Amino acid sequence: MTDDLFGGLTVDAEVTRGGFTLSVTMTAAPGEVVGILGPNGAGKSTLLSAVAGLTPVSAGRVTLAGRVLDDAGSGEFVETSGRPVGFVFQNYRLFPHMTVTENVAFSPRARGMKREAAESAAAHWLARLGLTDLADRKPGQLSGGQAQRVALARALAGHPRLLLLDEPLSSLDAGTRLDVQAELKRHLAEFAGPSLLVTHDPLEALVLADRVLVLEEGRIVQAGTPAQVARQPATDYVAKLVGLNLYAGHADGANVKLDKDGSFVIPDRGQQGEVLVAVRPSAIVVSTQQPVAGSARNAWPARIVGMTLLSDRIRLDLDGKPPALVDVTPAAVAELSLVAGADVWLTVKATDLEVYTHT
Amino acid sequence: MTRTASARLTTRERARRTARGGASRSVPAPLLVPALIAVAFLVLPLAGLLIRAPWSSLGKALSGSDATQALVLSVWTASVSTAISLVIGTPLAWVLARTSFPGQRLLRALVTLPLVLPPVVGGVALLLAFSRVGLVGRYLDTWFGLTIPFTPLAVVMAETFVAMPFLIITVEGALRSADQGFEEAAATLGARRMTVFRRVTVPLIAPSLGAGAVLCWARALGEFGATITFAGSFPGQTETMPIAVYYALENDPNAAIALALVLLLVSVVVLVSLRDRWLRRGPVL
Repeated sequence: MTDDLFGGLTVDAEVTRGGFTLSVTMTAAPGEVVGILGPNGAGKSTLLSAVAGLTPVSAGRVTLAGRVLDDAGSGEFVETSGRPVGFVFQNYRLFPHMTVTENVAFSPRARGMKREAAESAAAHWLARLGLTDLADRKPGQLSGGQAQRVALARALAGHPRLLLLDEPLSSLDAGTRLDVQAELKRHLAEFAGPSLLVTHDPLEALVLADRVLVLEEGRIVQAGTPAQVARQPATDYVAKLVGLNLYAGHADGANVKLDKDGSFVIPDRGQQGEVLVAVRPSAIVVSTQQPVAGSARNAWPARIVGMTLLSDRIRLDLDGKPPALVDVTPAAVAELSLVAGADVWLTVKATDLEVYTHT
Repeated sequence: MTRTASARLTTRERARRTARGGASRSVPAPLLVPALIAVAFLVLPLAGLLIRAPWSSLGKALSGSDATQALVLSVWTASVSTAISLVIGTPLAWVLARTSFPGQRLLRALVTLPLVLPPVVGGVALLLAFSRVGLVGRYLDTWFGLTIPFTPLAVVMAETFVAMPFLIITVEGALRSADQGFEEAAATLGARRMTVFRRVTVPLIAPSLGAGAVLCWARALGEFGATITFAGSFPGQTETMPIAVYYALENDPNAAIALALVLLLVSVVVLVSLRDRWLRRGPVL
């Protein structure tokens, strides 16, 4: 399904609200799913509000398929009801007084269709999302996963040119989340326009998005494919999300002097200047004896300050120069008699360090 | 000198305290006595009305032509003024709740003034505005030959004047506390503001609209001061139930009591229908 009506979204705008400023420059191509990842209060929902027209931008402009939706400079502004967007809200916001069919038929009717036509359009979308059996239910009688699909059907039934999804899976329990996520991925793939998907769950962004923007304190701090973001996080927040140790430092050939304490030996690729070093917690080896120094290895002493049981590993929180999170097996904990407060040695091979420049 | 409170707990009280926690619920005498006086003051007159009621001849008293006329007139005028209040009061409540403009606070104060204004003052004001020589009334008279005071229309206007604010504040409160997320969702689905109002806002505040309408109707039904001032008391024309009760007390006390009982019954029904809003603990509305 491609036609000329689908075009890319461009946002080059600022939204100032109280003391908070969201400043974003981004594009989303037709058919592309852009994941907006960030902590609470980073401005993710504000970005969606601005694109949907629920919040006007304070500066800059928003365009879709070449058409200006909002331009603070010229004053041009298309009201929310006039924008071809489909919005799937967090908690869905299904109209509680309407049946599932009436909810899904709402947009076609609001956009001028007669009742019968709107209801048959709704029936089409309900069938497509496997909701036909629920057509006469009220939102209060739906499970979380069902409500999510109804919300998606309702958003799609208005034939939007742009899809906005605000934490679409966050109110689901872990069991249904995976099913609904797989299904959502399929529907997003079928959608011909650009999609923006806001989430604070890295897995959701990695699985559903073609490209990820990391938003922190109103600014985009990283943009890239899910794989890039997962391997080379740009900030501590992202590193924590994807479970990596992240260090900032200054590279000089085979050496990185860390901004805080410590230094690393890295494979010499002639890198110079500011770099980031990411290390997987499982790449670091813990030993109770000082290891024999090796050319391509880093070893440093550290003290265990915390231990957390993950599903099949134990994560050690270690204080040293530099500090690190290290994953070990329960057997290793027993063999090495690791306890909080114990002094140990950490070793990591230079080739296990991911060294990159901040993008 | 301190006293140690020591008493036996009944099994029930023991169970209550165990289940819900909390300390003694006994009432100190300085609070109990005035509270009982207040109860007596509020309840005794109503009990008196029930005791003095001519139960055997109630039907006869009510079917007297004056009483029936008053009943019919009251019911339809109160209903019409409620309908008018819904049609013009709901939009005003929306404007007060969802927009902002200079002077809005003043407007809200003016609109709710009839709540605290002595109704007779409202009657005088209506008379000054709509009488044949009044501000608006003189034009209605010369242009359309329309004379409002002392007609059933005047009854409806007096009742609307006094009762509509009840609807407005109820609905405005509901609009303010309603989740506007649904309205945003409707807008993203392509609904313009009027469609949002009609298909989302109104259905969502329907319970409050109902409550406001019931309150408004009850207030209109009981309206006395503004009505008698602006509409007078012509039997069959402008003599509503409260006015009929007042006059009947002199020459036909049984009819007066019977009509009063009807009004009491209506009040009880209204209270029951609003019980979820009013009889809950703590402030509501």
